[in-house]
Amino acid sequence: MRAVLPHCATQGVKIVTNMGAANPLAAARRVAAICKDLGFKNQRVAAVTGDDVLDILRADDADIIETGLRASQMQASLVSANAYIGARPIADALDQGATIVITGRVSDPALFLGPLLHEFGWRDDDWANLGRGVMAGHLLECAGQITGGYFADPGVKDISGLARLGFPIGIVDETGAIEITKLPESGGAVTTATCKEQLLYEIGDPAAYMQPDVVADFSNVRVNEIARDRVVLSGASGKPAPPTLKCSVGYRDGFIGEGQMSYAGPGAFSRAKLAGEIVRERLGIVGVATSELRIDIIGADSLHGAATPQTNSEPYEARLRVVGRTETAAAAQLIGEEVESLYTNGPAGGGGAWKGVKPIVAIASAYIAREKVRPAVTFVET
Amino acid sequence: MRKLRDIAHSRTGDKGETSVISLIAFDEADYPLLRDLVTADRVRAHFAGIVHGEVIRYEIPSLGALNFVLHKALAGGVTRSLALDAHGKSLSSRLLDMEI
Repeated sequence: MRAVLPHCATQGVKIVTNMGAANPLAAARRVAAICKDLGFKNQRVAAVTGDDVLDILRADDADIIETGLRASQMQASLVSANAYIGARPIADALDQGATIVITGRVSDPALFLGPLLHEFGWRDDDWANLGRGVMAGHLLECAGQITGGYFADPGVKDISGLARLGFPIGIVDETGAIEITKLPESGGAVTTATCKEQLLYEIGDPAAYMQPDVVADFSNVRVNEIARDRVVLSGASGKPAPPTLKCSVGYRDGFIGEGQMSYAGPGAFSRAKLAGEIVRERLGIVGVATSELRIDIIGADSLHGAATPQTNSEPYEARLRVVGRTETAAAAQLIGEEVESLYTNGPAGGGGAWKGVKPIVAIASAYIAREKVRPAVTFVET
Repeated sequence: MRKLRDIAHSRTGDKGETSVISLIAFDEADYPLLRDLVTADRVRAHFAGIVHGEVIRYEIPSLGALNFVLHKALAGGVTRSLALDAHGKSLSSRLLDMEI
């Protein structure tokens, strides 16, 4: 905020952000203090709350989709539940004069749709325009991913200036068409190809992109390059919003322990494989209980496992990676230690051991009726 | 021998345990070729061992693109997977390795 605020405040640019994370109200108070500290007196800071739905989830005893359990069956491990709320409370805050809007969990496109609702006065059942606004948000929400970031493939898809990648500027009119561009002196590129990749990114059915505000339809979108680094997308529409809101549910899920060790030169792959077998056997001998254990060779099969194409040549170097899920941190620790022990007790020439333990807060999803979620806008003292 | 990488580009996204992989023709004239060659069944076979659920294909002729939804492809989901590439971000590169 200290980096962004001076530029925005002096040029009358408003800020809408989900940086409130788990506590938007506290974040808004902190931002107000920063405004005061930097001498910007005319800022009006609002927090959007209501995404924290842990109490509702418990009262509903909701189904937690990925775990196949109900909330009551996960009582001890539940940490958080946050609904993806929509754009309306953001628009409300702007309508009430906010210059900085701090949210917790909202759908990413809502951060962009909110200002559009405020500016163009679109109604909550104007599905076609809401669908277009969601497209604008979806295109912009990953920043440099539409201006040539996460795109380059030398010789096939060349992009210059990635170290000074320009972030996108979206110009939206009241008909919902959007032009994507970037500052001329910045790196990267805006082309029909970069825009198509981002348009389809992470959406399942392009005709039914589920959002809290609308079910957006991108299936007839057209993409036209009108000039260098200027691309116009049009043709999105929308259908009525779903009756439920998706919630992101955090729960404690034990520990992951990991160890790695590298081998090089002739026979590297075979020695890494042997090392993995030794560690697997050792974990049995010392009694490390894992609910899941994975042994990869980085440089050979760690990314695509059984789907890796067969090759005739052995890699020059190979890195063993042993990773397992445990109930305790102590058990997780032993996985890395058994890998480290390969230095003296394993195959020849192992080097570069690394080990780690991390406690896991996993995320699952649940759905709750939208009318139970009550977003609110609170202005804080500046 | 030509591969998909010669005529198309791709990006992977994720939602929980589901991987979403786009396949976009560089030249929209090649879209019918993609549509005819890169079926959901062929993609499922190509990702055998990774994808453990259904593969659904969506056609977007206005973009010259296909979108594949691979269910049960991320070993428990991004936040708890033991995989090195928990998001499955590198799966697009595997798709582009398909021979045509």
